[in-house]
Amino acid sequence: MSPISRGFRRKREEAPAGRVPPGQYVTTDFPVLSAGPTPHTPLTEWSFSIAGGREPKMWSWEQFRSLPSETLTTDIHCVTRWSKLDTMWEGVSLDVLLGAVEYDARYVLAFSDGGYTTNLPVADLLGGKAWVAFSFGGSPLGAEHGGPARLLVPHLYFWKSAKWVRGLQLRDTDVPGFWENYGYHMYGDPWKEQRYAGD
Amino acid sequence: MEGTAVRGRLTWQTATVASVVDETAKVRTLMLEVPGWPGHQAGQHVDIRLTADDGYQAERAYSIASAPGEPLALTVERLDDGEVSPYLTEDVQPGDELEVRGPIGGYFIWEPAFGGPLMLLAGGSGVVPLRAMLRRRSSAGSSVPARLLYSSRSLDDVIYRSELDADASGGVTVCHTLTRSQPQGWTGYARRVDAQMLAEVAWPAADKPLAYVCGPTSFVEAVASGLVGLGYPAGRVKTERFGATGQ
Repeated sequence: MSPISRGFRRKREEAPAGRVPPGQYVTTDFPVLSAGPTPHTPLTEWSFSIAGGREPKMWSWEQFRSLPSETLTTDIHCVTRWSKLDTMWEGVSLDVLLGAVEYDARYVLAFSDGGYTTNLPVADLLGGKAWVAFSFGGSPLGAEHGGPARLLVPHLYFWKSAKWVRGLQLRDTDVPGFWENYGYHMYGDPWKEQRYAGD
Repeated sequence: MEGTAVRGRLTWQTATVASVVDETAKVRTLMLEVPGWPGHQAGQHVDIRLTADDGYQAERAYSIASAPGEPLALTVERLDDGEVSPYLTEDVQPGDELEVRGPIGGYFIWEPAFGGPLMLLAGGSGVVPLRAMLRRRSSAGSSVPARLLYSSRSLDDVIYRSELDADASGGVTVCHTLTRSQPQGWTGYARRVDAQMLAEVAWPAADKPLAYVCGPTSFVEAVASGLVGLGYPAGRVKTERFGATGQ
């Protein structure tokens, strides 16, 4: 039973029912949270690779952008408690990218410029649930928000949507990525408030 | 050790406000009593949960302002359109109760054993976790060389001003820049942090400094890329940002 904080009152409007996970509030800003300087990799040096399958696979920026892409509108939820509704993205589905590789791994470790990593089950990347996004709100994705391309896995807390993503390492076992090593949850379901290890 | 800052399940604990200190017109420090507080490292944060008498709850994250070994203290800046910060900076009184969960975060932390030289760069209330690092350095009797470059709107907006003045006489180089208004006779910097200022104030990259940058996104973006431009390896520039882009 939580103690009452004397004199505290709701000031924000109630979020639309069922739209916002527990402990979150809706913002219209797009806050930036990153652990280090923003990397700026030229598109001519950019590639996206998938390692750990039967054959390694790599796309240049040009090859990546020639893959079929999808536009989508979705809500995103950051572990620091902001949620942003109806964000508009364009990206290549992970169904397309992983469909180009033969593998039987059950997990991936996504890796990014700057050394960031995050771990996800393969099942959470398939079935129209995850993209490598290169456009936000109709414009190229800005570097501070993870451009030229970031992972977009909106059904998990947003740290799983790795900025500046450069590839996936397919793995038989689930190993913690950057924030997971610092005590954040291995899976990160916002609807179950899986913020920290043990939640 | 890094990577083990959060052990087991973090539970909500009741905290009682022991005292409050007004730091500036918009910023207040809350000293909290948390029975069984497990301790924290300089640079970590906590989650705060407030409960209204109708059961409504709001949660936010705040940086810890106190050094390891000191009681938990939070320094909160009032955001006028906020829900939690106006309560914490205007309404809360000693004896009031709220809930805390933590400490959280194991990356943006500093311990004397990490060494230095230490380059701290703060924008506005981004000084809070860096102040915890300076208090840690001081309480540990550390001789790690330290510099703080602190950007505020005006002298009245400088948080921990007298404490930082004391740090400056205790071996820490404290350098202020006032971006909007300066008092008569101000001889310090009077502009946003830029590459020229960083080149003048920051430790040379050859000294292998360890940098911590905290503030609004625009500040952190400019400072972190400026330090990389001076030759700091990206892995030696740790950042913590708040607020949206374009603000």
